[in-house]
Amino acid sequence: MSTEPSSTGESAQPSAAELQARVEELEETVADLEADAEQQKMTIVATQGTFDMAYPPLILASTAAAFGWDVVVFHTFWGLDILHEEKSENLQLSAVGNPSMPMPNALAALPGMDRLATRMMESRIDDNGTATIKELIDLSLDQGVELQACQMTIELMEYDEDDFYDDVTVGVGAATALQHMAESDIQLLV
Amino acid sequence: MSVNYDVTETLDVKGESCPMPVVKTKSAVDDVPEGGVLEVVATDKGSMSDINGWAAGTSGVELLEQVEDGDVFRHYVEKTA
Repeated sequence: MSTEPSSTGESAQPSAAELQARVEELEETVADLEADAEQQKMTIVATQGTFDMAYPPLILASTAAAFGWDVVVFHTFWGLDILHEEKSENLQLSAVGNPSMPMPNALAALPGMDRLATRMMESRIDDNGTATIKELIDLSLDQGVELQACQMTIELMEYDEDDFYDDVTVGVGAATALQHMAESDIQLLV
Repeated sequence: MSVNYDVTETLDVKGESCPMPVVKTKSAVDDVPEGGVLEVVATDKGSMSDINGWAAGTSGVELLEQVEDGDVFRHYVEKTA
């Protein structure tokens, strides 16, 4: 045993300055965690490219952004068409197999029926003061919603990255979507 | 029912339906100074419930009152922070 108080014994105890630094570091971590906990997050996976199925993800996303939430909509398969500048303007309502259509399937399957059904719906949307798909896309992007286009399906569908609206995020895959989903309070598949 | 608020700004969303009244309310309230009151005039029947829900879930705003006035719904939102 040493007779003198060793310097090693003293250095085992953190100094006041070290403790102070550690406390500040932990306070910062707690502040970050609290900020994260307050920020609500939502992830929607949009897989459908029909006229009617384009609405729910866009309406929920733009509304969630109005709540100040961090929102990602991951578009994959036919959901890509919602973000496709050209196709987005021509999304069709499917008359066949749609029980809400006032016509039997045999009639609904005739050529031109999808177009007719879509026109009817478009006119109702106009009369009702409901926003168009394009308006909802612009609104969502303006409000900071991240609209993602799945890279794998862009290639599968033989689309070009330039086919999509400006500010659409490309070059992302399932892992990116999952990462946001894992942090989200709400996850929806449409 | 008489409503007397010192309205800073009025947002007219008559004829517009979900989600526009809420989304436009949010944008308009961003431009109102702290302590100011935004009046939202809507015809969307869902706006009574929707603006109430939005205000409850959004920090820095307080819903002062909602008034049904015939076919028109008036909402008074104060910016608190």
